[in-house]
Amino acid sequence: MSKMHIQLKVNGEDHDLLAEARELLIHVLREKLGITGPHIGCETSHCGACTVDLNGKSVKSCTVFAAQANGAEITTIEGIGTPDALHVLQQSFREHHGLQCGFCTPGMITRAHRLLQENPNPTEEEVRFGMAGNLCRCTGYQNIVKSILAAAAEMNAAKEAAE
Amino acid sequence: MIPAAFDYHRPADVASAIALLQEHGDGARALAGGHSLIPMMKLRMASVDHLVDLQDIDELKGIAITGGKVSIGAMTTQNELITNDVLAQAAPILREAALQIADPQVRYVGTIGGNVANGDPGNDMPGLMQCLNATFTLVGPDGSRDVAARDFYEAAYMTEREDEELLTRITFVAPTGGYAYEKQKRKIGDYATAACAVQLSKQGGECATAAIAMTNLSDVPVFSEAAGAALVGTACDAGAVKAAVAAALEEIDPMEDNRGPVDFKRHVAGVIISRAIERAWSRA
Repeated sequence: MSKMHIQLKVNGEDHDLLAEARELLIHVLREKLGITGPHIGCETSHCGACTVDLNGKSVKSCTVFAAQANGAEITTIEGIGTPDALHVLQQSFREHHGLQCGFCTPGMITRAHRLLQENPNPTEEEVRFGMAGNLCRCTGYQNIVKSILAAAAEMNAAKEAAE
Repeated sequence: MIPAAFDYHRPADVASAIALLQEHGDGARALAGGHSLIPMMKLRMASVDHLVDLQDIDELKGIAITGGKVSIGAMTTQNELITNDVLAQAAPILREAALQIADPQVRYVGTIGGNVANGDPGNDMPGLMQCLNATFTLVGPDGSRDVAARDFYEAAYMTEREDEELLTRITFVAPTGGYAYEKQKRKIGDYATAACAVQLSKQGGECATAAIAMTNLSDVPVFSEAAGAALVGTACDAGAVKAAVAAALEEIDPMEDNRGPVDFKRHVAGVIISRAIERAWSRA
């Protein structure tokens, strides 16, 4: 059970690391790479706090071995925006009070980011259905949905203005 | 929660995967999307010494529809089933069912092959595949064989598949007529309290063919020939639906668990079966 060489491209940066086959992606991201945006919530594939974007899909990184992600491109909340340059979604969550304690927020925004790439103009129902894999225990869903819809509107307006 | 140590393999073709399963016997498990197996490994309820990841095997991917026959590679994800418009034309019941499985993140990763091969009574695809009279292709050291979905399930987590075999492909004749997959669950993402797949056809105002199968109402999926027969030749009126539901309920054997007592499950099953028939008829 020797360690494996694993290559990951995380937020545009290449990493080459050693990990045991049994190490989950969330642990490698947080403990080996210091990327602590994705959170460990339930650890049972339910809550979505550990959501990352893996080769263009939203996945729960507590239910993927780092070995499975070998060679993959990963985006975490750190790759979506920074404190100095918030992404539209992050700005929108702030403006619409889309968070209380903030624990679920990185997963929420990372998932919403993918959702809006696949469906740039979702209805409220589509947002709720598309966000069903993310739980918020502060029960802030109303404002989370509001934040995502407002971000979508803003992103679409910006796109139109650019055309 | 961290699983016990194991060796990880990522073979590039079916033959290499089977060789690994053969070499390591009981200690080896094939990994598709992993969203049933990995949680079990984390809880240390599944012990795996050799994990054989199938993600690089191209033969296990892809959806092909030719001459009215649908062929789906085992590693096709639920999300791919949902987003494939040609499949949605040929067999819309797959999209309807897949949208009711788990949540978006799980559907990006979870596969149809894992869903049918695992033998979990809670999985939705086994019942649906029995409704469609699908065939599973199993490949092992001695070659390939086909097993009907209706003959595949023996008991919870016990199937016709041998340890050194891979379920590689699922095929069925594209159905015609009306369809419905109805599922009652406690919350979005949950397994079914009761679910039912119905595919039926209509000719001259009467039901010509009907296939009805149920999920999570026994330790295996339940295909009820009698329930389908109760609809054929009728106009799917209230009496016929009632007879079909009664026939279907004869064949289920739900167990009490955290989704409710037996009487409740039988009640929910009746409601779900009758809704599924009515909706399928309205679309026929």
